[in-house]
Amino acid sequence: MRGIAAGGWLRLLPGLTLALFLLPVLAGLAGTLLPAFGILPGSSATGFSLKPWVELLSAPELPGALLASVVSGLLATMLSFAAAIAIAAALHGTRFHAWLARLLSPLLALPHAAIAIGFAFLIAPSGWLVRAAAPLLAPSGQPPDFAAPGDSLGLALALGLMLKETPFLLLAILSGLGQFPADRALLSARMLGYRPTTAWLKVVLPQLYPQLRLPIYAVLAFSLSVVDMGLILGPSAPPALAPLLLAWFNDASLDSLFPAAAGAVLQALLAGTAILLWRGGEIAVARLSRSWLAGGGRGGSGIVGSVIGFAAACSLLLVAALAIAGLGLWSFAWRWPFPAVLPVSWTLGNWAAGSLGLGRVLGTSLLLGLASTGIALALSLGCLENERRHGLHPTARVLWLIYLPLLVPQISFLFGTAALDAWLGIDATLLALIWSHLLFVLPYVFLMLADPYRGLDERYARTGLCLGAGRARVFFRLTLPLLLRPILAAAAVGFSVSLSLYLPTLFAGAGRFETLATEAVALATGGDRRLAGVFGFLQAAMPLAGFALALLLPALVYRNRRGPKVGG
Amino acid sequence: MSADRVQQGLRLEQVGLWLGQRRLLGPLDLAIAPGESATLMGPSGSGKSSLLAFLCGTLDPAFRSRGRVRLDGEDILALPPERRRLGILFQDDLLFPHLSVAGNLAFGLPQALDRQTRRDRVAAALEEAGLVGFEARDPATLSGGQRARVALLRMLLSEPRALLLDEPFGRLDAGLRERFRRLVFERARARMLPVLLVTHDREDAEGASGKIVTVGEDLADGPDI
Repeated sequence: MRGIAAGGWLRLLPGLTLALFLLPVLAGLAGTLLPAFGILPGSSATGFSLKPWVELLSAPELPGALLASVVSGLLATMLSFAAAIAIAAALHGTRFHAWLARLLSPLLALPHAAIAIGFAFLIAPSGWLVRAAAPLLAPSGQPPDFAAPGDSLGLALALGLMLKETPFLLLAILSGLGQFPADRALLSARMLGYRPTTAWLKVVLPQLYPQLRLPIYAVLAFSLSVVDMGLILGPSAPPALAPLLLAWFNDASLDSLFPAAAGAVLQALLAGTAILLWRGGEIAVARLSRSWLAGGGRGGSGIVGSVIGFAAACSLLLVAALAIAGLGLWSFAWRWPFPAVLPVSWTLGNWAAGSLGLGRVLGTSLLLGLASTGIALALSLGCLENERRHGLHPTARVLWLIYLPLLVPQISFLFGTAALDAWLGIDATLLALIWSHLLFVLPYVFLMLADPYRGLDERYARTGLCLGAGRARVFFRLTLPLLLRPILAAAAVGFSVSLSLYLPTLFAGAGRFETLATEAVALATGGDRRLAGVFGFLQAAMPLAGFALALLLPALVYRNRRGPKVGG
Repeated sequence: MSADRVQQGLRLEQVGLWLGQRRLLGPLDLAIAPGESATLMGPSGSGKSSLLAFLCGTLDPAFRSRGRVRLDGEDILALPPERRRLGILFQDDLLFPHLSVAGNLAFGLPQALDRQTRRDRVAAALEEAGLVGFEARDPATLSGGQRARVALLRMLLSEPRALLLDEPFGRLDAGLRERFRRLVFERARARMLPVLLVTHDREDAEGASGKIVTVGEDLADGPDI
């Protein structure tokens, strides 16, 4: 009887999960749409009006902001996609492939703000690259004069985004490759005389692309509307659209709220248009490439493609490593004048100075990360277990719903979500903060868990049942331990997502909660490289520690086991 | 005939399986007395593995089923899988890789037993199977034959009322296969358990020495791989 009761409870979980993260997004969109047309519930503004749009469109900052957003967003997406494809094609079937797969997760775990701060130091006029080539670039001993980061088109922002989005797309490619017999397809093409790179592009990519569609759209929407990286790497006068809107939302006077809401709607339209354009591009490319695909060209040696792929992979890893190393050095630097490549004197004082607030900030970040990840794990595992017990086969539409918080620009709904929190009476509480983190943690955790869970041999559970164990015992004693590794990996990803969240923390916490992400961004935009180094380095170190734990724990727990599913 | 004789053992009455509009199997009538065995032979896709999933109570809801199944007179279809007390062996041993050999065996023991009894039963079972002292071993370090035996012991320790065999001899090589097959049927007879074997292999079917029921269209297709 207990099993039936538990099963009934479990049956409600998918609905609850969807409600938990669709409600804030949809209510958030509505809560942004209303003020965009002059209606703010609970205030004197209750009449429909186009005034917010007039104000938005006449704002002198708008053209520049739009230009920077569009250029950086589209460029970042196209470059990341091209780099991911080049890397995947060049490395497929080589021994570097396994290496890459191992390095991807930690790379992906690096928070946006930390990467941006480190990257900014790398490319700035007084940054590491110029210092390394100082005799050439700064013969006078003065930093050269160029506007990066912060160029008005957002090129530096695009490159910074690429550092985060390329690993994300690569991970999507790796998981997509597991969905169909890619190796066999590649082999049959090569047996027909196709060179490796050409074979990959002609037989693997067309089958792979449908799996990449949603991740690419998410990258597009994110890149067009990123806030934290935009504040650090993007232009400042005017900033890109999303950071500009944040400044308006933060403005103390209520007047700028209305054009900000209109701008948030515009931001959503921008992302939607870009996605539609990309979709159009997909159709065009598919049509135009038909004769190329079937034309029988076996391709050249593919050496150029391979070199590009390898170079992209190496520079990606190198730049990310340098960015984080720069953060670490700054956090211990006392005197580090231009053009010294390393600090000339060291101190622990930056950490001590930071430590006043550091403990509290770290505590909040940890609590948020652990709580949102824990809830996301419980919900995802419950939904997957329910799916298995009832033999459900979710359709592609469900995947779209799961991706929804990643496809809608954050700035376009988080203001409205905060309004929902206020209506529920939980605004600026830890609960609201955890909930808003859950919106972004849950999709990643679910997507990470779904394949391993669905791939687990169903006969283990059946054997357990036939041995007399109930559904609950099978779940806790067999399914969970067998999936320990992917569960911990998903937890590490969820934790790293939570640690990187900037805008959700700001809106749901109403600025009253400080996390590593908000502090790192505030210090970096304030120009304090030492303290930004402390917070940025810690922000990068926490998820890396999470990933290390996710690797070490199963090895420790199962040190006496070397079964294929549980071993080292 | 005595009523008792009719009641005992595993009885399938008019059991049929459908996938959508397509009939996979049945309607099938089959009675297996305690200590006896029956074999269901058929090519892959003939629904024989689905029949075992149906008996276990873990059939994918995409299938429709009909008929009654009685075990020692009790209608087991009304029971949840874990209360049906059917022992099942698959082609793969499916030892739980995260548990030791003893952990695997103890998993099948009734929960009510105290610690010492559990330990004794595990040790006794291992001794009987020539695996003395294997308690702490990692299943991954065992040979194929040892793994097969542990899987059999685990199932027997759960005190099943009937045995379901899903081609459990398929993965073993010839010499081992014969010995393991004999061991399984000996144990089943000793405990007076009815055995239902499904296979595509005629040799396995004949080794079971019970009645053979063929399902599916054509056996001349050869083995399904």
